[in-house]
This record gives sequence, structure tokens and C-alpha cells, in this order.
Amino acid sequence: MERSRRLLHVLGRALAEAAPTALAILVVNFFLLRLAPGDAADVLAGESGAATEETLAAMRGRFGLDLPVLDQFLAYLSNLAHLSLGFSPRYNMPVAELIGQRLPGTLLLMGLSLGLALALGLLLGALMARAPGGVLDRVLSVAVLLFYSVPGFWIGLMLIVLFSVKLGWLPSGGARTIGQNLGGVAGVLDRLRYMVLPGLSLALFYVAIYARLVRAAMLEVRSQDFVRTALAKGLSPAAVTIRHVLRNALLPVTTVAGMHVGGILGGAVVVETVYSWPGLGRLAFEAVMARDFSVLLGVLLLSSLLVLVANVAVDLLQAVLDPRIAVRP
Amino acid sequence: MALLDVRGLGIAFPRARPVRDLSLTVGPAETVALVGESGSGKSLTALALMRLLPPGGRVAAGTIRFDGQDLGALSEARFRRIRGRDVAMVFQEPMTSLNPVLSVGFQIAEVLRRHEGLSARAARSRAIALLDRVRIPDPHRRVDAYPHQLSGGMRQRVMIAVAVACAPRLLIADEPTTALDVTIQAQVLELIDGLRRDLGMAVLLITHDLGVVAQWADRVAVMYAGRKVEEAEPDALFAAPLHPYTRGLLAASPRAGGAGRGRGEPLPEIPGSIDSALGQPGCAFAPRCPLAEAGCRAAPPPALVRPDGRVVACLVAADAPGRPPARPPRAPEVRRDAAVGL
Repeated sequence: MERSRRLLHVLGRALAEAAPTALAILVVNFFLLRLAPGDAADVLAGESGAATEETLAAMRGRFGLDLPVLDQFLAYLSNLAHLSLGFSPRYNMPVAELIGQRLPGTLLLMGLSLGLALALGLLLGALMARAPGGVLDRVLSVAVLLFYSVPGFWIGLMLIVLFSVKLGWLPSGGARTIGQNLGGVAGVLDRLRYMVLPGLSLALFYVAIYARLVRAAMLEVRSQDFVRTALAKGLSPAAVTIRHVLRNALLPVTTVAGMHVGGILGGAVVVETVYSWPGLGRLAFEAVMARDFSVLLGVLLLSSLLVLVANVAVDLLQAVLDPRIAVRP
Repeated sequence: MALLDVRGLGIAFPRARPVRDLSLTVGPAETVALVGESGSGKSLTALALMRLLPPGGRVAAGTIRFDGQDLGALSEARFRRIRGRDVAMVFQEPMTSLNPVLSVGFQIAEVLRRHEGLSARAARSRAIALLDRVRIPDPHRRVDAYPHQLSGGMRQRVMIAVAVACAPRLLIADEPTTALDVTIQAQVLELIDGLRRDLGMAVLLITHDLGVVAQWADRVAVMYAGRKVEEAEPDALFAAPLHPYTRGLLAASPRAGGAGRGRGEPLPEIPGSIDSALGQPGCAFAPRCPLAEAGCRAAPPPALVRPDGRVVACLVAADAPGRPPARPPRAPEVRRDAAVGL
């Protein structure tokens, strides 16, 4: 009872903080993009080789690109109010539909990467904290440092070279086997095979961060008085580690992981390009090159919302993990 | 036979030996106080009994027998079955000794589930009963409370509930009241003593508060720089301290031994500091001792048992007259005005 009320309070506060942030993001995104020279009409004209002033003007008129910036902004807001993200001149289809096609792929990749990073990071961190300064700790520290310092696209390329080119175990790109209409378990396995390498190359950087963080947090928590109390109860080392040490060491990890959702979205642009993964990141990249602002705005808005939702989720998770977090009036 | 029989205990760290040649017995249902100033090794002794010495520390010498069983010979897994069940400990810092993210009910139930194999439900109702037992009001509601929602005194009660959950035969209380304010201190000690009587458990009370010793202990062992310097019943000790260190301590108390001293005069003090004990080949107290002789600095004086049953480790004071203990086995109502902290 008391607990669910406390969680509701935390949720309400997190949402109240998220709403103005979302609005600010909206405004900044829109005006920031107008600072870039050129628009979709320029790019389309350039690609077609030649265009007269009249066709350019007609195109701009059709997409509302000739209106004053403020009017364009108001039109954008009114579209949003009608739950429409606008229309893409480049793809000639509604932005929402375009994003809808790409969103699941990216969410899947992000979820897998974050999950992988957390699982591996916890495991490695816990192993390293078991005997700080020992052989295992040193070996893993070096490995983790490597993960941390090597750029994601290079790891991606090297993984392709090893697992796709040399060993031939895993596909080098794409999202599913083309031409095969697999269903059920076989279909899921097929998708998973395509996700392993991009997921891993996106995750390794974060594995490094979480492993270091978990190691440090566990070492710190282990020297706390309540761990001695737990030992004095006669609990086994495993029970002490899982129930008392890990539980408390998770608190800083969740904070940082929440902040990483945005970073992973950024990393997805690179990884999706390397693995030709049909996701939001690559769509954003293509939209930039095509000056397709309505698509870009849509992607940015959605990404911002994703990060905001992730932050709210982390706030809530923290409140679940740590009873000391409560409403401060 | 003594319940706890420690002989010649030595604790070693890579660069220090904070406890040497310590012998101590605790009988069934007896309260033995271990007193000494900070750094005298009393807390380390307690942690050694629980095999909870901080990293780097180890028992380098001596035997610890509990109920006739040599604890040092037990494997880690066998020892864990005793720790928390037969021997339990209450720590000094109630503010940090409980896990902040787990409810107090869970933390009490945890020890019951570990040692008595109770189901979560059964352990919970036992936890509620234990909270009631340690006089926490409204235990049905408090069982779901988290440590930060409780006061220091309440938290220490919870710690006591954890410790006595499996009805241990020996409770080690390491300065259980140091972090609490004075009114709560008395309540907590009274609670521990009540539980001692009800459960028939022995208590090893580690403290630096002579008032606590006077009121609650059946026997008191005084430690200085890692060694036991004197052991006696509190009445005898307060009436006629034998060891120069104990004498100095009592003389430095505002009332005890201060007879003949006029108002406004400064309290007598023991010259020097405990640091002077470092590297002494002989008696650790010799550098500060007004009675030290040449022989004191040669070798540490052995702890000798006198005919009257008192133990003192001092060459000079060994033959000094000590008042024979004339005191009923336990008189909790005896309250000494000598009550004072070190």
C-alpha cells in the first residue's frame, strides 16, 4: 500500500519533469535544423541533375517550404497536435509511417544491446570484484579497457571479418534472411542470428562502463557495516553477495544505464550503417543527407521521447530498488 | 565448564599484532564485560570470535573453544552454521549495520530462514513476534519499515532481534550503546539483560563505559594494548583495583577514587598515551606506570590468578591486597556512582 503510493508519487514527479523538457526539445530541434543551409528541394533538384527556378518554387510551395519559419513552426505544431509527424518530400510518404517501419528494428537492437551490456557488465564486474588485484581482475581489466577505447564501428568491422568472413558463422548485415519466409521459432532464431553482431558491437563499449562501475560499487558496498551483519548471520557468501552487495551495487548502475539510452541511440547510427540494419539511426543519417527535415524532426522527436521515457523508467526502477527515494516536497 | 573458553588468543595483521595472549572465559548465562580504551583490541577480539576480522587480520595463536568444540578447527561452512545461531553479535553502529534497501522484517526473517529453514511466511510472523519482544511498538506495521524510517535506538533493537532470533547461547555485544543517547542506552542494556535471563544466554559485553560494567557485568576483564591486564568481579575491581592501569582509570573518574580531592581541582590523569605501548618488549603499560620497576621492561608480566580468584598481569601489584569479592552472584539493582566513560 505505502509502497505503491510512494511509487506513484515518484512516477508523477518524473512525468511532471519530463513534460516541459519534451516541449523545450521540440522548439530547439525545429529551430536548430533551420540553421543548416539548403532544404529538401535543393537536394532533389541537385540529384535530378537540373531544375528550373519554377520547379523548385513549385516543390517548395507543395511542401510548405516557402513559408516564413514561424509559420512553418506553427504548421508543425498543429500537425503534432493532430498526432501527425508531417510528410516526407523525399520518400513521398507520411513521416509517421516511415518511422513506424524503422522503429521496431532499432528498439530491438537497442534493447538487445542494453540487455547484453548490463548482463555482461554485471557478470564481468562481479568477477573482477571477487578478488581485486588478482589475475582474473587484471586480465578482465585489460579486456574492458580495450572495449572502452576501441571505436564501435571498428569493433563492428572486425567482428564481421572474424565471424562472417573467416568463420562464416553469422551474417554480415541485414535484418533477416531474404526470400525465406520463416515463422515461429525458426523465424525468431533467424532474426537473432542477424542481431548478434550489431548488438554486440553496440554493447561492448557499455559493457566496459558497467563492468568498471559494478566492480567499484561492489567493492565499496562490500566494506559496509551491513555486509558484516549479513555475514554474522551465517549466510553463505553467495547469499551475501546477491542479496546484500549486488542489490546495493545496482543503484549507481541503473542511474548510468538510464543516461545511456540516448548514447546508444547515437551509437546505433554508426552500427546500423556498418551492418546495413534497417533502423531509425540510418534513417536519420539519410534524412540529414537529403535535408529531409520533416523526417529528421520526427526521428529526433521520437528519440527524445524515447530518452525521456527511459529516464522516467529509471526513476521508477530506482524507487523500486531503493526505498529511501521518496517525494521531497 | 565454560561456554566460551579463549586461551592465548593472538590476532595478527601484516604489520601489527593488536591482540596477544588473551585468555577469557564466559560461563553459561553469565555476563562478562571486556573493557579498554580505543585501540586496546577489544573489538578485534569480538570479531575474531565471529571469524569476521577485517581483511588482512587472522588468528595467529591460541584456541577458541565454544561448548567444548574447537572453533578454529571448523571449516568455513561448518562455522557458518554456528555463526548467527549459537553465537550472535550486535554491532556498535546501528545506523549502518542494517541494509538500507531491505525491510527490517526481511532482515530478521533472513536469519531464521537460514538456520531454521522456515518458510517466508513463518519467518515473517516470527519476525513480528521478535520485534514485539525487543519492545518495538506496533510490530505489525514496523515489520515492513526500512531502516531509515527508524530511530537509532529502534535500529539497535532490530539488530538485537536479528541476533537473538535463533536463541543463541552466546551474544557478543560490541559497544551496543555507544552510538545511542543516554536514556536509550539504559533501555537497550536492560533489554539485553532481560533476554539473557529469558533465553539463558551468555553475554560478552564489550564497552568502554565503566558505569555499564558496574551495573550489568558479573565479571570484568580490563584490556590494555592488546593484553588482559586485570580480571575481577566488578565490586572487587571498583573497590580495590590492582593493576596500576585500572587504578589510574578509576582515579581519573570524576567520583570514584576521587575522595579527598577538593572541588575545582583537575582530575588526575594517566600520563602519556596508549601509543607508548608500541614496540615495548616488557609490560605495555610500563612507560606510563608510576610503579614501574626495571623488571617490568624486560618481559610482559604473565596474567596470574591470585588466591582470591582475581587475575592481574603486573609484577608489582600481584601481591597487593585486594578486597575479597563480597557480593551476591548477581545484584542488578547495585548501581555505582562510579559510572563514567573512559
